[in-house]
Amino acid sequence: MTHRKQVLGPEDVRRAVTRMAHEIIERNRGVDDVVLLGMQRGGVWLAQLLGSEIARIASAVPIGTIDVTLHRDDIGMRPVTPGTSSDVPTEIQESTVVLVDDVLYTGRTVRAALDAVSDFGRPRAIQLAVLIDRGHRELPIRPDFIGKNLPTSSEEEVEVTPDGVTIIEGDDKA
Amino acid sequence: MTLHFRSIEEVGTERIRRLLDLTEHMAAVGRRPNPKVPALRGKTVCNLFFEDSTRTRMSFDLAAKRLSADTMTLAVSSSSVNKGESLRDTVETLDAMGVDAFVVRHRTSGVPWQVASWTPAAVVNAGDGWHAHPTQALLDAYTIRHRRGLTNDFGGLKVAIVGDIRHSRVARSTTEILQLLGAEVIHVAPRTLLPPTSDVVTTTHLDDVVGEVDVLYMLRMQRERMGAGIVPDGGEYSRRFALDERRAAALRSDALLMHPGPMNRGVEMMVDPTELQQSTILDQVTNGIAARMAVLFDLLGSGGIEE
Repeated sequence: MTHRKQVLGPEDVRRAVTRMAHEIIERNRGVDDVVLLGMQRGGVWLAQLLGSEIARIASAVPIGTIDVTLHRDDIGMRPVTPGTSSDVPTEIQESTVVLVDDVLYTGRTVRAALDAVSDFGRPRAIQLAVLIDRGHRELPIRPDFIGKNLPTSSEEEVEVTPDGVTIIEGDDKA
Repeated sequence: MTLHFRSIEEVGTERIRRLLDLTEHMAAVGRRPNPKVPALRGKTVCNLFFEDSTRTRMSFDLAAKRLSADTMTLAVSSSSVNKGESLRDTVETLDAMGVDAFVVRHRTSGVPWQVASWTPAAVVNAGDGWHAHPTQALLDAYTIRHRRGLTNDFGGLKVAIVGDIRHSRVARSTTEILQLLGAEVIHVAPRTLLPPTSDVVTTTHLDDVVGEVDVLYMLRMQRERMGAGIVPDGGEYSRRFALDERRAAALRSDALLMHPGPMNRGVEMMVDPTELQQSTILDQVTNGIAARMAVLFDLLGSGGIEE
Protein backbone atom coordinates (compact mmCIF):
# COMPACT_ATOMS: atom_id res chain seq x y z
CA MET A 1 0.00 0.00 0.00
CA THR A 2 1.27 3.45 -0.82
CA HIS A 3 -0.01 6.82 0.06
CA ARG A 4 0.84 10.02 -1.80
CA LYS A 5 0.12 13.41 -0.37
CA GLN A 6 0.86 16.59 -2.31
CA VAL A 7 2.02 19.29 0.10
CA LEU A 8 2.97 22.00 -2.42
CA GLY A 9 1.45 22.67 -5.83
CA PRO A 10 3.18 24.28 -8.84
CA GLU A 11 2.11 27.79 -7.74
CA ASP A 12 3.46 27.18 -4.23
CA VAL A 13 6.82 26.08 -5.67
CA ARG A 14 6.99 29.19 -7.86
CA ARG A 15 6.15 31.51 -4.96
CA ALA A 16 8.70 29.83 -2.68
CA VAL A 17 11.40 30.16 -5.34
CA THR A 18 10.55 33.84 -5.86
CA ARG A 19 10.86 34.49 -2.13
CA MET A 20 14.17 32.63 -1.96
CA ALA A 21 15.48 34.70 -4.89
CA HIS A 22 14.60 37.90 -2.96
CA GLU A 23 16.32 36.54 0.17
CA ILE A 24 19.49 35.67 -1.73
CA ILE A 25 19.63 39.18 -3.21
CA GLU A 26 18.94 40.78 0.17
CA ARG A 27 21.46 38.70 2.12
CA ASN A 28 24.25 39.37 -0.38
CA ARG A 29 23.31 43.06 -0.94
CA GLY A 30 22.89 42.41 -4.64
CA VAL A 31 24.21 39.54 -6.71
CA ASP A 32 27.47 40.94 -8.13
CA ASP A 33 29.64 38.03 -6.96
CA VAL A 34 26.96 35.36 -6.61
CA VAL A 35 27.26 32.04 -8.46
CA LEU A 36 24.47 29.43 -8.30
CA LEU A 37 25.52 25.78 -8.34
CA GLY A 38 22.72 23.22 -8.68
CA MET A 39 23.49 19.91 -7.03
CA GLN A 40 23.15 16.95 -9.41
CA ARG A 41 20.56 15.89 -10.09
CA GLY A 42 17.60 17.32 -8.14
CA GLY A 43 19.09 20.77 -7.63
CA VAL A 44 19.80 21.51 -11.27
CA TRP A 45 16.34 22.61 -12.42
CA LEU A 46 15.86 24.49 -9.17
CA ALA A 47 19.09 26.46 -9.72
CA GLN A 48 17.85 27.34 -13.23
CA LEU A 49 14.53 28.52 -11.84
CA LEU A 50 16.14 30.49 -9.02
CA GLY A 51 18.55 31.97 -11.55
CA SER A 52 15.78 33.21 -13.81
CA GLU A 53 13.93 34.74 -10.85
CA ILE A 54 17.11 36.51 -9.69
CA ALA A 55 17.70 37.76 -13.25
CA ARG A 56 14.13 39.09 -13.36
CA ILE A 57 14.41 40.91 -10.02
CA ALA A 58 18.06 42.04 -10.09
CA SER A 59 20.52 40.85 -12.74
CA ALA A 60 21.71 37.59 -14.28
CA VAL A 61 24.11 35.39 -12.31
CA PRO A 62 26.29 32.49 -13.52
CA ILE A 63 24.58 29.11 -13.04
CA GLY A 64 26.44 25.80 -12.94
CA THR A 65 26.14 22.29 -11.59
CA ILE A 66 28.09 20.28 -9.06
CA ASP A 67 28.28 16.50 -8.95
CA VAL A 68 29.30 14.83 -5.71
CA THR A 69 29.55 11.16 -6.80
CA LEU A 70 33.31 11.03 -6.21
CA HIS A 71 33.22 12.93 -2.92
CA ARG A 72 30.60 10.93 -1.03
CA ASP A 73 31.35 9.21 2.29
CA ASP A 74 29.34 6.10 1.38
CA ILE A 75 31.47 5.03 -1.60
CA GLY A 76 31.69 1.25 -1.61
CA MET A 77 28.36 0.98 0.18
CA ARG A 78 25.98 1.51 -2.71
CA PRO A 79 25.89 1.17 -6.50
CA VAL A 80 27.54 3.92 -8.50
CA THR A 81 25.48 6.10 -10.78
CA PRO A 82 27.70 7.78 -13.34
CA GLY A 83 26.68 10.16 -16.06
CA THR A 84 26.31 13.56 -14.45
CA SER A 85 29.18 15.95 -14.08
CA SER A 86 30.18 19.21 -12.54
CA ASP A 87 30.03 22.28 -14.71
CA VAL A 88 31.33 25.38 -13.00
CA PRO A 89 31.00 28.11 -15.63
CA THR A 90 33.09 30.77 -13.97
CA GLU A 91 35.99 31.40 -11.62
CA ILE A 92 34.62 30.94 -8.08
CA GLN A 93 37.65 32.30 -6.26
CA GLU A 94 36.41 35.22 -4.09
CA SER A 95 32.79 34.77 -5.17
CA THR A 96 29.77 33.73 -3.13
CA VAL A 97 28.64 30.27 -4.13
CA VAL A 98 25.01 29.39 -3.43
CA LEU A 99 24.58 25.60 -3.45
CA VAL A 100 21.06 24.69 -4.55
CA ASP A 101 19.30 21.40 -3.86
CA ASP A 102 15.72 20.23 -3.87
CA VAL A 103 15.65 18.39 -0.54
CA LEU A 104 17.90 18.68 2.52
CA TYR A 105 17.87 15.47 4.55
CA THR A 106 20.90 13.93 6.32
CA GLY A 107 23.29 16.64 5.08
CA ARG A 108 25.79 14.11 3.72
CA THR A 109 25.34 15.18 0.10
CA VAL A 110 25.93 18.81 1.13
CA ARG A 111 29.10 17.82 2.99
CA ALA A 112 30.35 16.09 -0.16
CA ALA A 113 29.38 19.15 -2.21
CA LEU A 114 31.43 21.43 0.06
CA ASP A 115 34.48 19.28 -0.74
CA ALA A 116 33.65 19.20 -4.43
CA VAL A 117 33.29 22.99 -4.61
CA SER A 118 36.63 23.55 -2.89
CA ASP A 119 38.33 21.60 -5.71
CA PHE A 120 37.36 24.46 -8.02
CA GLY A 121 38.75 27.22 -5.83
CA ARG A 122 38.20 29.06 -2.57
CA PRO A 123 34.97 31.02 -2.61
CA ARG A 124 34.60 33.90 -0.17
CA ALA A 125 31.48 32.21 1.17
CA ILE A 126 29.30 29.20 0.45
CA GLN A 127 25.57 29.39 1.18
CA LEU A 128 22.92 26.72 0.92
CA ALA A 129 19.47 27.05 -0.63
CA VAL A 130 16.97 24.17 -0.47
CA LEU A 131 13.35 23.98 -1.49
CA ILE A 132 12.48 21.44 1.22
CA ASP A 133 14.14 20.92 4.59
CA ARG A 134 12.80 17.62 5.85
CA GLY A 135 14.94 17.30 9.00
CA HIS A 136 16.83 14.18 10.17
CA ARG A 137 20.27 15.82 9.94
CA GLU A 138 23.27 13.59 10.62
CA LEU A 139 25.87 16.35 10.26
CA PRO A 140 26.12 19.93 11.57
CA ILE A 141 24.77 21.54 8.40
CA ARG A 142 22.05 24.17 8.16
CA PRO A 143 20.49 25.87 5.13
CA ASP A 144 20.61 29.65 4.59
CA PHE A 145 17.52 29.80 2.37
CA ILE A 146 14.56 27.44 2.77
CA GLY A 147 11.48 27.09 0.59
CA LYS A 148 9.54 25.09 3.15
CA ASN A 149 10.21 23.19 6.36
CA LEU A 150 8.54 19.81 6.02
CA PRO A 151 8.59 17.52 9.04
CA THR A 152 8.72 13.93 7.76
CA SER A 153 9.42 10.48 9.08
CA SER A 154 12.46 8.68 7.70
CA GLU A 155 10.06 6.01 6.37
CA GLU A 156 8.71 8.53 3.87
CA GLU A 157 10.09 9.78 0.55
CA VAL A 158 9.82 13.35 -0.62
CA GLU A 159 9.37 13.86 -4.36
CA VAL A 160 10.11 17.31 -5.72
CA THR A 161 9.45 18.56 -9.25
CA PRO A 162 8.58 21.99 -10.68
CA ASP A 163 4.97 20.75 -10.52
CA GLY A 164 4.95 20.32 -6.79
CA VAL A 165 6.14 18.50 -3.70
CA THR A 166 4.69 15.13 -2.71
CA ILE A 167 5.20 12.95 0.35
CA ILE A 168 5.17 9.24 -0.45
CA GLU A 169 4.78 6.59 2.21
CA GLY A 170 4.61 2.82 1.81
CA ASP A 171 6.27 0.25 -0.48
CA ASP A 172 6.12 2.41 -3.58
CA LYS A 173 9.07 4.54 -2.50
CA ALA A 174 11.51 5.35 -5.29
CA MET B 1 30.95 -12.18 -6.26
CA THR B 2 33.93 -9.98 -7.04
CA LEU B 3 33.64 -7.92 -10.18
CA HIS B 4 36.63 -7.92 -12.57
CA PHE B 5 37.67 -6.18 -15.78
CA ARG B 6 39.49 -8.79 -17.82
CA SER B 7 38.10 -8.80 -21.35
CA ILE B 8 35.52 -6.85 -23.35
CA GLU B 9 33.60 -10.04 -24.03
CA GLU B 10 33.34 -10.83 -20.32
CA VAL B 11 32.34 -7.28 -19.38
CA GLY B 12 29.49 -7.09 -21.90
CA THR B 13 27.65 -4.33 -23.71
CA GLU B 14 25.68 -2.85 -20.86
CA ARG B 15 28.63 -2.37 -18.54
CA ILE B 16 30.80 -1.07 -21.40
CA ARG B 17 28.23 1.65 -22.13
CA ARG B 18 28.14 2.57 -18.46
CA LEU B 19 31.95 2.67 -18.34
CA LEU B 20 32.05 4.99 -21.37
CA ASP B 21 29.72 7.39 -19.53
CA LEU B 22 31.85 7.07 -16.42
CA THR B 23 34.99 7.78 -18.50
CA GLU B 24 33.36 11.01 -19.70
CA HIS B 25 32.75 11.90 -16.07
CA MET B 26 36.38 11.16 -15.14
CA ALA B 27 37.68 13.15 -18.12
CA ALA B 28 35.73 16.15 -16.79
CA VAL B 29 37.38 15.63 -13.39
CA GLY B 30 40.76 15.65 -15.15
CA ARG B 31 40.07 19.09 -16.64
CA ARG B 32 39.34 20.69 -13.26
CA PRO B 33 41.85 22.92 -11.47
CA ASN B 34 42.26 20.10 -8.94
CA PRO B 35 42.04 16.81 -10.85
CA LYS B 36 42.18 14.64 -7.73
CA VAL B 37 39.09 13.33 -5.94
CA PRO B 38 38.79 11.44 -2.63
CA ALA B 39 36.65 8.64 -4.09
CA LEU B 40 38.90 5.64 -3.38
CA ARG B 41 40.52 6.76 -0.13
CA GLY B 42 41.70 3.74 1.84
CA LYS B 43 41.72 1.40 -1.17
CA THR B 44 44.96 -0.19 -2.36
CA VAL B 45 45.72 -0.87 -6.00
CA CYS B 46 48.66 -3.14 -6.82
CA ASN B 47 50.23 -2.97 -10.28
CA LEU B 48 51.69 -6.37 -11.20
CA PHE B 49 53.69 -5.91 -14.37
CA PHE B 50 55.50 -9.01 -15.58
CA GLU B 51 56.12 -7.42 -18.97
CA ASP B 52 57.67 -4.11 -19.98
CA SER B 53 55.33 -1.18 -20.13
CA THR B 54 55.64 2.56 -19.81
CA ARG B 55 52.35 4.16 -20.66
CA THR B 56 49.97 1.52 -19.34
CA ARG B 57 51.74 1.18 -15.98
CA MET B 58 52.11 4.95 -15.50
CA SER B 59 48.55 5.51 -16.63
CA PHE B 60 47.10 3.01 -14.13
CA ASP B 61 49.31 4.43 -11.39
CA LEU B 62 48.15 7.99 -12.06
CA ALA B 63 44.51 6.88 -12.43
CA ALA B 64 44.58 5.24 -8.99
CA LYS B 65 46.28 8.29 -7.47
CA ARG B 66 43.75 10.69 -9.01
CA LEU B 67 41.10 8.68 -7.16
CA SER B 68 43.14 8.88 -3.91
CA ALA B 69 43.84 5.14 -3.79
CA ASP B 70 47.22 3.94 -2.50
CA THR B 71 49.33 2.24 -5.13
CA MET B 72 52.03 -0.39 -5.09
CA THR B 73 53.94 -1.32 -8.20
CA LEU B 74 55.76 -4.56 -8.70
CA ALA B 75 58.26 -4.36 -11.52
CA VAL B 76 59.53 -7.81 -12.21
CA SER B 77 63.11 -6.74 -12.74
CA SER B 78 63.44 -5.84 -9.04
CA SER B 79 61.24 -8.49 -7.43
CA SER B 80 61.53 -11.93 -5.90
CA VAL B 81 60.17 -13.35 -9.14
CA ASN B 82 63.81 -13.31 -10.16
CA LYS B 83 64.59 -15.54 -7.17
CA GLY B 84 62.20 -18.12 -8.54
CA GLU B 85 59.07 -17.22 -6.58
CA SER B 86 56.02 -18.55 -8.36
CA LEU B 87 53.31 -16.26 -9.66
CA ARG B 88 50.87 -17.72 -7.18
CA ASP B 89 53.18 -17.13 -4.20
CA THR B 90 53.79 -13.57 -5.36
CA VAL B 91 50.06 -12.86 -5.61
CA GLU B 92 49.26 -14.48 -2.28
CA THR B 93 52.07 -12.60 -0.55
CA LEU B 94 50.89 -9.25 -1.87
CA ASP B 95 47.29 -10.17 -1.15
CA ALA B 96 48.22 -10.74 2.50
CA MET B 97 49.31 -7.11 2.67
CA GLY B 98 45.74 -6.06 1.86
CA VAL B 99 45.12 -5.32 -1.80
CA ASP B 100 41.72 -4.31 -3.20
CA ALA B 101 42.62 -4.54 -6.88
CA PHE B 102 45.41 -6.14 -8.87
CA VAL B 103 46.29 -4.64 -12.25
CA VAL B 104 47.98 -7.45 -14.14
CA ARG B 105 50.14 -7.50 -17.25
CA HIS B 106 51.70 -10.78 -18.33
CA ARG B 107 53.10 -12.24 -21.56
CA THR B 108 50.86 -15.31 -21.13
CA SER B 109 47.20 -15.26 -22.09
CA GLY B 110 44.78 -16.04 -19.28
CA VAL B 111 46.97 -14.97 -16.34
CA PRO B 112 44.38 -12.43 -15.05
CA TRP B 113 41.89 -15.29 -14.64
CA GLN B 114 44.47 -17.36 -12.75
CA VAL B 115 45.29 -14.41 -10.49
CA ALA B 116 41.58 -13.94 -9.73
CA SER B 117 41.38 -17.54 -8.53
CA TRP B 118 44.08 -16.87 -5.92
CA THR B 119 42.79 -13.64 -4.41
CA PRO B 120 39.45 -12.14 -3.39
CA ALA B 121 40.60 -8.79 -4.85
CA ALA B 122 39.29 -7.36 -8.12
CA VAL B 123 41.51 -8.05 -11.14
CA VAL B 124 42.09 -5.68 -14.05
CA ASN B 125 43.71 -7.03 -17.20
CA ALA B 126 46.42 -4.61 -18.37
CA GLY B 127 47.37 -6.90 -21.27
CA ASP B 128 47.74 -10.69 -21.35
CA GLY B 129 49.75 -12.27 -24.14
CA TRP B 130 48.04 -12.04 -27.53
CA HIS B 131 44.67 -12.24 -25.84
CA ALA B 132 43.21 -8.99 -24.51
CA HIS B 133 43.93 -5.39 -23.53
CA PRO B 134 40.48 -4.17 -22.51
CA THR B 135 41.42 -0.81 -20.96
CA GLN B 136 43.11 0.13 -24.26
CA ALA B 137 39.87 -0.79 -26.00
CA LEU B 138 37.84 1.35 -23.61
CA LEU B 139 40.08 4.38 -24.07
CA ASP B 140 40.03 3.90 -27.86
CA ALA B 141 36.24 3.73 -27.92
CA TYR B 142 35.99 6.78 -25.67
CA THR B 143 38.46 8.72 -27.85
CA ILE B 144 36.35 8.00 -30.95
CA ARG B 145 33.11 8.85 -29.14
CA HIS B 146 34.57 12.12 -27.85
CA ARG B 147 36.31 13.28 -31.04
CA ARG B 148 33.40 12.39 -33.32
CA GLY B 149 30.74 13.63 -30.89
CA LEU B 150 28.99 10.25 -30.86
CA THR B 151 26.74 8.66 -28.29
CA ASN B 152 27.29 5.03 -27.32
CA ASP B 153 25.97 3.94 -30.71
CA PHE B 154 28.75 3.67 -33.33
CA GLY B 155 26.42 2.52 -36.12
CA GLY B 156 27.69 3.59 -39.56
CA LEU B 157 31.26 4.16 -38.36
CA LYS B 158 33.90 2.44 -40.50
CA VAL B 159 37.20 1.54 -38.83
CA ALA B 160 40.29 -0.01 -40.46
CA ILE B 161 42.81 -1.66 -38.14
CA VAL B 162 46.17 -2.06 -39.85
CA GLY B 163 49.15 -4.22 -38.97
CA ASP B 164 49.96 -7.32 -36.98
CA ILE B 165 46.37 -8.30 -36.20
CA ARG B 166 47.28 -11.88 -35.42
CA HIS B 167 49.63 -11.18 -32.50
CA SER B 168 47.90 -8.06 -31.22
CA ARG B 169 45.81 -8.04 -28.06
CA VAL B 170 45.00 -4.41 -28.85
CA ALA B 171 43.49 -5.40 -32.20
CA ARG B 172 41.44 -8.13 -30.56
CA SER B 173 39.99 -6.03 -27.71
CA THR B 174 39.50 -2.88 -29.74
CA THR B 175 37.76 -4.83 -32.52
CA GLU B 176 35.46 -6.41 -29.93
CA ILE B 177 34.46 -3.13 -28.30
CA LEU B 178 33.90 -1.35 -31.63
CA GLN B 179 31.74 -4.16 -33.00
CA LEU B 180 29.82 -4.29 -29.75
CA LEU B 181 29.02 -0.58 -30.15
CA GLY B 182 27.88 -1.15 -33.73
CA ALA B 183 30.89 -0.01 -35.79
CA GLU B 184 32.07 -1.77 -38.94
CA VAL B 185 35.65 -3.05 -38.52
CA ILE B 186 38.03 -4.05 -41.34
CA HIS B 187 41.37 -5.74 -40.70
CA VAL B 188 44.21 -4.75 -43.04
CA ALA B 189 47.36 -6.91 -42.96
CA PRO B 190 49.56 -9.34 -44.89
CA ARG B 191 47.91 -12.77 -44.95
CA THR B 192 50.55 -14.10 -42.54
CA LEU B 193 49.55 -11.53 -39.91
CA LEU B 194 45.82 -12.19 -40.03
CA PRO B 195 44.26 -14.65 -37.56
CA PRO B 196 43.55 -18.10 -39.07
CA THR B 197 39.82 -17.73 -38.54
CA SER B 198 37.89 -14.53 -38.04
CA ASP B 199 34.46 -13.09 -38.67
CA VAL B 200 35.97 -9.70 -39.48
CA VAL B 201 36.21 -8.42 -43.06
CA THR B 202 39.86 -8.45 -44.15
CA THR B 203 41.93 -7.00 -46.96
CA THR B 204 45.61 -6.96 -47.87
CA HIS B 205 45.33 -3.61 -49.69
CA LEU B 206 45.55 -0.58 -47.43
CA ASP B 207 45.17 1.74 -50.43
CA ASP B 208 41.67 0.38 -51.07
CA VAL B 209 40.34 1.62 -47.71
CA VAL B 210 42.55 4.50 -46.55
CA GLY B 211 40.51 7.20 -48.27
CA GLU B 212 37.09 6.08 -47.12
CA VAL B 213 37.39 5.09 -43.44
CA ASP B 214 36.25 7.16 -40.46
CA VAL B 215 39.07 5.78 -38.31
CA LEU B 216 42.49 4.51 -39.39
CA TYR B 217 43.95 2.53 -36.51
CA MET B 218 47.66 1.72 -37.00
CA LEU B 219 49.15 -1.06 -34.88
CA ARG B 220 52.76 -1.28 -33.82
CA MET B 221 54.74 -3.59 -36.08
CA GLN B 222 57.19 -5.41 -33.88
CA ARG B 223 60.61 -5.43 -35.47
CA GLU B 224 61.33 -8.89 -34.05
CA ARG B 225 58.65 -10.32 -36.32
CA MET B 226 60.34 -8.89 -39.38
CA GLY B 227 62.18 -11.38 -41.52
CA ALA B 228 61.13 -14.34 -39.35
CA GLY B 229 59.40 -15.81 -42.37
CA ILE B 230 56.31 -13.75 -41.67
CA VAL B 231 56.89 -10.57 -43.61
CA PRO B 232 59.55 -10.33 -46.30
CA ASP B 233 61.40 -7.36 -44.79
CA GLY B 234 60.76 -3.99 -43.19
CA GLY B 235 60.95 -2.03 -46.40
CA GLU B 236 58.38 -4.21 -48.13
CA TYR B 237 56.04 -4.05 -45.11
CA SER B 238 56.29 -0.27 -44.97
CA ARG B 239 55.67 0.12 -48.70
CA ARG B 240 52.38 -1.74 -48.42
CA PHE B 241 51.10 -1.13 -44.88
CA ALA B 242 52.71 2.01 -43.43
CA LEU B 243 51.15 5.43 -43.28
CA ASP B 244 53.28 7.48 -45.66
CA GLU B 245 52.83 10.97 -47.10
CA ARG B 246 50.66 9.77 -49.96
CA ARG B 247 48.27 7.79 -47.76
CA ALA B 248 48.14 10.54 -45.14
CA ALA B 249 47.01 12.93 -47.87
CA ALA B 250 44.29 10.46 -48.88
CA LEU B 251 42.76 10.41 -45.37
CA ARG B 252 39.45 12.18 -45.07
CA SER B 253 39.71 15.47 -43.23
CA ASP B 254 37.21 14.28 -40.59
CA ALA B 255 38.87 10.87 -40.19
CA LEU B 256 40.76 9.92 -37.04
CA LEU B 257 44.29 8.52 -37.03
CA MET B 258 44.87 6.31 -34.01
CA HIS B 259 47.83 4.34 -32.65
CA PRO B 260 48.09 2.57 -29.28
CA GLY B 261 51.80 3.34 -28.89
CA PRO B 262 54.66 2.83 -28.67
CA MET B 263 55.08 3.92 -32.26
CA ASN B 264 57.76 2.56 -34.58
CA ARG B 265 58.66 5.57 -36.65
CA GLY B 266 59.94 4.47 -40.04
CA VAL B 267 58.13 1.11 -39.86
CA GLU B 268 54.35 1.57 -39.69
CA MET B 269 54.56 5.36 -39.39
CA MET B 270 56.51 7.11 -42.15
CA VAL B 271 55.03 10.53 -41.40
CA ASP B 272 55.05 12.60 -38.24
CA PRO B 273 51.51 12.11 -36.90
CA THR B 274 51.75 15.18 -34.65
CA GLU B 275 51.56 17.24 -37.85
CA LEU B 276 48.27 15.64 -38.89
CA GLN B 277 45.10 17.21 -37.51
CA GLN B 278 43.44 13.77 -37.75
CA SER B 279 45.83 12.29 -35.16
CA THR B 280 44.36 11.32 -31.79
CA ILE B 281 47.54 9.68 -30.51
CA LEU B 282 48.13 12.05 -27.60
CA ASP B 283 44.39 12.26 -26.85
CA GLN B 284 44.48 8.48 -26.44
CA VAL B 285 47.19 8.83 -23.80
CA THR B 286 45.24 11.52 -21.93
CA ASN B 287 41.96 9.60 -22.18
CA GLY B 288 43.70 6.46 -20.93
CA ILE B 289 43.85 7.96 -17.45
CA ALA B 290 40.12 8.72 -17.43
CA ALA B 291 39.24 5.26 -18.80
CA ARG B 292 41.33 3.55 -16.11
CA MET B 293 39.84 5.78 -13.41
CA ALA B 294 36.43 4.66 -14.63
CA VAL B 295 37.40 0.99 -14.46
CA LEU B 296 38.93 1.25 -10.98
CA PHE B 297 36.01 3.28 -9.65
CA ASP B 298 33.53 0.84 -11.16
CA LEU B 299 35.25 -2.08 -9.44
CA LEU B 300 36.08 -0.52 -6.07
CA GLY B 301 33.63 2.34 -5.73
CA SER B 302 30.42 0.39 -5.93
CA GLY B 303 31.40 -2.19 -3.33
CA GLY B 304 31.08 -4.87 -6.00
CA ILE B 305 27.33 -4.29 -6.09
CA GLU B 306 25.92 -4.50 -9.59
CA GLU B 307 23.35 -1.92 -10.45
